[in-house]
Amino acid sequence: MNYFPDEVIEHVFDFVTSHKDRNAISLVCKSWYKIERYSRQKVFIGNCYAINPERLLRRFPCLKSLTLKGKPHFADFNLVPHEWGGFLLPWIEALARSRVGLEELRLKRMVVTDESLELLSRSFVNFKSLVLVSCEGFTTDGLASIAANCRHLRDLDLQENEIDDHRGQWLSCFPDTCTTLVTLNFACLEGETNLVALERLVARSPNLKSLKLNRAVPLDALARLMVCAPQIVDLGVGSYENDPDSESYLKLKAAIKKCTSLRSLSGFLEAAPHCLSAFHPICHNLTSLNLSYAAEIHGSHLIKLIQHCKKLQRLWILDSIGDKGLEVVASTCKELQELRVFPSDLLGGGNTAVTEEGLVAISAGCPKLHSILYFCQQMTNAALVTVAKNCPNFIRFRLCILDPTKPDHVTSQPLDEGFGAIVKACKSLRRLSLSGLLTDQVFLYIGMYANQLEMLSIAFAGDTDKGMLYVLNGCKKMKKLEIRDSPFGDTALLADVSKYKTMRSLWMSSCEVTLSGCKRLAQKAPWLNVEIINENDNNRMEENGHEGRQKVDKLYLYRTVVGTRMDAPPFVWIL
Amino acid sequence: MSESVAAEHNYIGLSEFPTMEATTMSDKTKTRDNNNVDDNGLNFKATELRLGLPGSESPDRVDSRFLALNKSSCPVSGAKRVFSDAINESNKWIFSTGSTTATGDVGSGSGPGSSAVKDGKSTTFPKPAVPVKEKKSSATAPASKAQVVGWPPIRSFRKNSMASSQSQKPGNNSETEEAEAKSGPEQPCLYVKVSMEGAPYLRKIDLKTYKSYLELSSALEKMFSCFTIGQFGSHGGCGRDGLNESRLTDLLRGSEYVVTYEDKDSDWMLVGDVPWEMFICSCKKLRIMKSSEAIGLAPRVMEKCRSRN
Repeated sequence: MNYFPDEVIEHVFDFVTSHKDRNAISLVCKSWYKIERYSRQKVFIGNCYAINPERLLRRFPCLKSLTLKGKPHFADFNLVPHEWGGFLLPWIEALARSRVGLEELRLKRMVVTDESLELLSRSFVNFKSLVLVSCEGFTTDGLASIAANCRHLRDLDLQENEIDDHRGQWLSCFPDTCTTLVTLNFACLEGETNLVALERLVARSPNLKSLKLNRAVPLDALARLMVCAPQIVDLGVGSYENDPDSESYLKLKAAIKKCTSLRSLSGFLEAAPHCLSAFHPICHNLTSLNLSYAAEIHGSHLIKLIQHCKKLQRLWILDSIGDKGLEVVASTCKELQELRVFPSDLLGGGNTAVTEEGLVAISAGCPKLHSILYFCQQMTNAALVTVAKNCPNFIRFRLCILDPTKPDHVTSQPLDEGFGAIVKACKSLRRLSLSGLLTDQVFLYIGMYANQLEMLSIAFAGDTDKGMLYVLNGCKKMKKLEIRDSPFGDTALLADVSKYKTMRSLWMSSCEVTLSGCKRLAQKAPWLNVEIINENDNNRMEENGHEGRQKVDKLYLYRTVVGTRMDAPPFVWIL
Repeated sequence: MSESVAAEHNYIGLSEFPTMEATTMSDKTKTRDNNNVDDNGLNFKATELRLGLPGSESPDRVDSRFLALNKSSCPVSGAKRVFSDAINESNKWIFSTGSTTATGDVGSGSGPGSSAVKDGKSTTFPKPAVPVKEKKSSATAPASKAQVVGWPPIRSFRKNSMASSQSQKPGNNSETEEAEAKSGPEQPCLYVKVSMEGAPYLRKIDLKTYKSYLELSSALEKMFSCFTIGQFGSHGGCGRDGLNESRLTDLLRGSEYVVTYEDKDSDWMLVGDVPWEMFICSCKKLRIMKSSEAIGLAPRVMEKCRSRN
């Protein structure tokens, strides 16, 4: 196999960056496996319990960049107790002991503590990039350690984390010698910000490209920051709260005009709508716009802004934009690739203003659309069929009808045919979320047509085990299957145990699986961790004579090469 | 484990909040100990709000609550599981009975009496799964969206941000009662803006997390800690006492700042006159002003008081 010296092969491998491709390369032969593992710098671990840090480091000793994901996806919606797991500390401790030259760490749904952040900051001299998404368990003290100790910090990107804000001076912990920042995102912090320290930090960071402020940064401070950083590419505006006196506003307008590199805009947490027009001059350059937190901006102001954004590729908004607003988007944003429409009224009081019409308009107007997340009150099969015809290129299709089992509002039929049309037409579909009234039929379609599907989210759907079986038998590339409140039970769970070898994980909550079914599965598949999460009657599960037939509240199973984890809390029972 | 609960992030920024609530709650319960039924004819024992940290209540209180639960109509085993969770699990915030009764009786509707529920910390609340439907086969929708745990599927972070903005919608305050009848962790909060003279930016607080003017006062004090806030009102749990004229002027003279609020009629009122429950229903915004400016409000306030009496 080796016609070339190892160095040449290694050089070729340098061009292969996707971890999937790298994994494939390593399977070709022993020699390639060896070369690949020594040259691998970036490792992606989709489930932190599938492997442990020691084995990771044995295989990839030259690791520089690590991505770790912890809790299952439904943890985002409070379905997983906070103490379930996903702790970062053991990983940092192991990495620190091994003296690996860690430079980048990207975490999602992990429990991060100040202690682990402190250890991280002290253990890796070249540490450059920290990205935390949907994590929790730490405070601004942890951020202070990162700021103070990471001499070459390039990225500090905090996305939607639950951070205890001690309102300390973490921003002033960046030493005066720190001039390397490229990304600074602290939009999710709720407390006060030391504006002076922030301005000085931004002023001494000539490479700063992405700056996302939190709600404590008022308008006049924003203007000053933009003057310091005209090179900014990605701006999170933060509060935008104070009604500015005319001088502040003029300064802001002037500063914005100078930011000719600005491509991405977000924030507007408490926006005064009339200030939006200050951004109109640069809108024609924008490729990404996130107004999904701008609850105070109403339809007409949104539309006025969007009408200027002809190059938009990514748009996240609230449904207050309305179907009419979406029609404007459809006629203006011809480059649109990704759209997310979030509900503005979580009470579901009928104030939601988007329906199937908005979705159809977008599909008709935006030929490049490939990813959509759409929260709406109602849907019809006819609309979905039209959408499928207009947009056969969907990679991600997530539809959330706020009333979980609502049928087609015109025909009162289940939405099986609509979703069936989507999976049939969209041959590259990788991610799908279902909602509305659905029978086993939709799963038949999914099993038949969704050949590339990797992630499927099911809620309040299906009639019998057949539904789940169609999916397990049909979707060869399934990686993550998450199901809640659906009548799938042991028959479906146990039908093809070896299927779970090819999947990362399966989540089933409030379904029909029983304890004895789970036990049987665990026996048949020792390479699976079968976890039962029973916060309610942990003790009852064991004592009860009927335990076999007792339904399991939450089941989470995942393949692993390191067996049962040791850090599970008492209410998690690993079979 | 309990540390992680105590340190859990209160996104308002009041990390002292849990302790404060715990003491208040136990105080409240002592006064109500002998009354199963309060003035409104509601069975408070059965619907007691539990926001205190575990361990802040005595064991027998927990037991009697459990008994009260068994007596109340909880035919669904799902609801029972929630309660045994409340007793067995020492690491969790204890759910109010009202919420689970409501979710247990899907479709049968729950009266406002069974749900004096408020969960100010909808973010970090570990929730036991209470299935909305016992049998899935019938495709009955849940009685109310707000009752389904984890639905709609939106990240907590986003939900909190939206909740804090929702209080700004007109008419939100009038729906407070209806909102309270909806149970479970997803119910809305009552966020109002708090501005202060001289402060560079505004804050937002959830009025529903407080039970009295005293709590509100201390919370505001902590939030705007560099300023002194005048003491207003002496309203405890039941909150029916009004503030008489001389007391008001005493307070105003005695302190540098007072708290005022904008009510539904867009009038600026002095905080502390009306019963707490009435106050949170009508308050749209809060403003901390210098007492010299607030004096002008007092006469009007007294007029309104007199017209009520």
